[in-house]
Amino acid sequence: MSESNPPPSATPDKALEQVAAGERVSRLKLLRESYLYYSFKRDIGVQLCLLIFALMVLAALFAPWIAPNDPYDLTQIDIMSSELPPFWVDGSDPRFPLGTDAQGRDMLSTILYGARVSLIIGFGAVALQALIGVVFGLLAGYLGGRVDALLMRLADVQLSFSTLMVAIIVGAIVQASFGRATYSSYAVALLVVIIGLAEWPQYARTVRATVLAEKGKEYVDAARVIGLPSRRIMFRHILPNAMSPIFVISTVQIANAIISEAALSFLGLGMPETQPSLGSLIRSGFDYIQSGSWWITLLPGAVLVVLVLVINLLGDWLRDVMNPRLYKN
Amino acid sequence: MAAFLIKRLGHAILVMLVISLVAFAIQNNLGDPIASMVGQSVPESERAALREQLGLNDPFITQYLRFAAGALQGDLGNSYFYREPALDVILRHLPATLELVFAASLLILLLSVPIGVFAAIKPRSLLSRAFMSVSILGISVPVFLTAIVLIQLYSIGMQFTLFPGDTGWGAWLNGLLSTQGGLPAFGRGNQLVHIVGSWWTNFASLDGLRHLILPAISLASIMLPLFIRLIRAEMLEVLQSEYVRFARAKGLHLRRIYFLHALKNTMLPVITVGGVQIGTMVAYTILTETVFQWPGMGLMFLEAINRSDIPLITAYLMIVGVIFVVTNTLVDLVYGLVNPTVKLTGSAA
Repeated sequence: MSESNPPPSATPDKALEQVAAGERVSRLKLLRESYLYYSFKRDIGVQLCLLIFALMVLAALFAPWIAPNDPYDLTQIDIMSSELPPFWVDGSDPRFPLGTDAQGRDMLSTILYGARVSLIIGFGAVALQALIGVVFGLLAGYLGGRVDALLMRLADVQLSFSTLMVAIIVGAIVQASFGRATYSSYAVALLVVIIGLAEWPQYARTVRATVLAEKGKEYVDAARVIGLPSRRIMFRHILPNAMSPIFVISTVQIANAIISEAALSFLGLGMPETQPSLGSLIRSGFDYIQSGSWWITLLPGAVLVVLVLVINLLGDWLRDVMNPRLYKN
Repeated sequence: MAAFLIKRLGHAILVMLVISLVAFAIQNNLGDPIASMVGQSVPESERAALREQLGLNDPFITQYLRFAAGALQGDLGNSYFYREPALDVILRHLPATLELVFAASLLILLLSVPIGVFAAIKPRSLLSRAFMSVSILGISVPVFLTAIVLIQLYSIGMQFTLFPGDTGWGAWLNGLLSTQGGLPAFGRGNQLVHIVGSWWTNFASLDGLRHLILPAISLASIMLPLFIRLIRAEMLEVLQSEYVRFARAKGLHLRRIYFLHALKNTMLPVITVGGVQIGTMVAYTILTETVFQWPGMGLMFLEAINRSDIPLITAYLMIVGVIFVVTNTLVDLVYGLVNPTVKLTGSAA
């Protein structure tokens, strides 16, 4: 096949033509010849963002192996080496390249572990809200009528409050009902649930809009005529065609979820200081900012900003490339 | 118009009903109010008497009806911590929050319109590209982090020593990047001017305004990028439309086209989003007020959570619910009034 192939940039949809002609084409080849890959190859900024994002995810994922210290291990902490500045400031210690916090924990290690917690919660919360949102959106769009009215009214009410407000209130209620100690020990799971529940309407609306557009197309009619059950039409026929808007908002939602988690943790409604996320690191460092130890709070903050920024930039690029005008309203 | 009003009113009442049920369910199930009211040495018999006296042993529906009837008359219960009506506590903290939101909205309005319009008129200029890059950075920085950075730079001050200080240019660059600090970053200051009731204002004294600077900028920073991007996108779309091209073909002055013809239609969607965002800003005041110890509703709410002052929490939920519902309804109304293509009938709403 390869000898008949012009460079992918010339005919981005060559592979699609082959699919249409009934040839078997591997998924990798489809991706390689897609417009997505083509525009990715031409955009250095996006490549850089993806690289930074991948590096941060990998560093966070392998934190237990690459971090110089284990911030959870009390025997590795020395109070004598507390509040040491990072390497470019006078008085720093080469053992702690990014300095230490008020308890003498190595900032580099705590940030790596913190980013790990933030990313786990971010991805978990998005997975949950995507699950709820996709199911509700499919039901509302495909079934219509009363189900649609009920689900969308629910989404409207929830969206008329800001999602952050909903998350703060739910977080406060959950913490008040379980008590702070119990809350702390299940904090990761609880935060995933809280942020997931607060943000599902975004997905539901997007999916519903796409479903409404797809519902009138011939392949859906065909599937209905041959007597397939609604569930199969919804999940196997319509859903695959609604994937690109879902994909696009997922990036933005991950960034939002990470910010929401950081905000909740900063307010003391999130991760406890014994198992800190980036947000709780910022919170605990904020107490020392007046004493001049700015790095305890600003270094985790900088990591948080870079993480969210690259995700947002990738999301912007994805939206421009895929550009379905469907979810604009 | 009447049908629209009734429909909106019905919607608003429904939402408030849901909020009040949620608020009451929280009040009914969470925390032990007795434990937070009395000391540890108070015997169980006295606690039981107090429980009975406060009506905490009544069935759910009785308590809800009592709660709802009270709420309609402005009685949202007594704060356990302040030992006075929760509504009074909230009203005392409300002016601080409203002034903060007002100052931030003013900043947003004054900055986003010129910047957004400029970025739409000259989309390729270096300055608009810089604005757009800064705005995506602004979206990515959480509001509490902006606040902390502002405190570090303009309240504490920061000396830059990145460049060699013994050379002339190094010292000059260091001086350029270093900040003095000195701006207040804690509370509202003590030179407030009394207006009426519980309303003391920050706007009437220099010290009050100085205290307002950092919190207002932090709060504005989260919405400003959003508005700039929105105004730019809408303006770009309007500039493509036929009536603008026609106005240009007629030879009208460009300034007149941009600011009279195009801006009018650009601002329509901005009103809708803007109104909703002002409600949303209430959520962000919780974060801003926490960082700056600004004695407003947000800080009060967070303290109420930490003290499990349940009546105050539920009262806050109800008040915030009212604020959201009222702003959303008003925004819909105003939008209908300024946009003649929207008919204020039940079906179009």
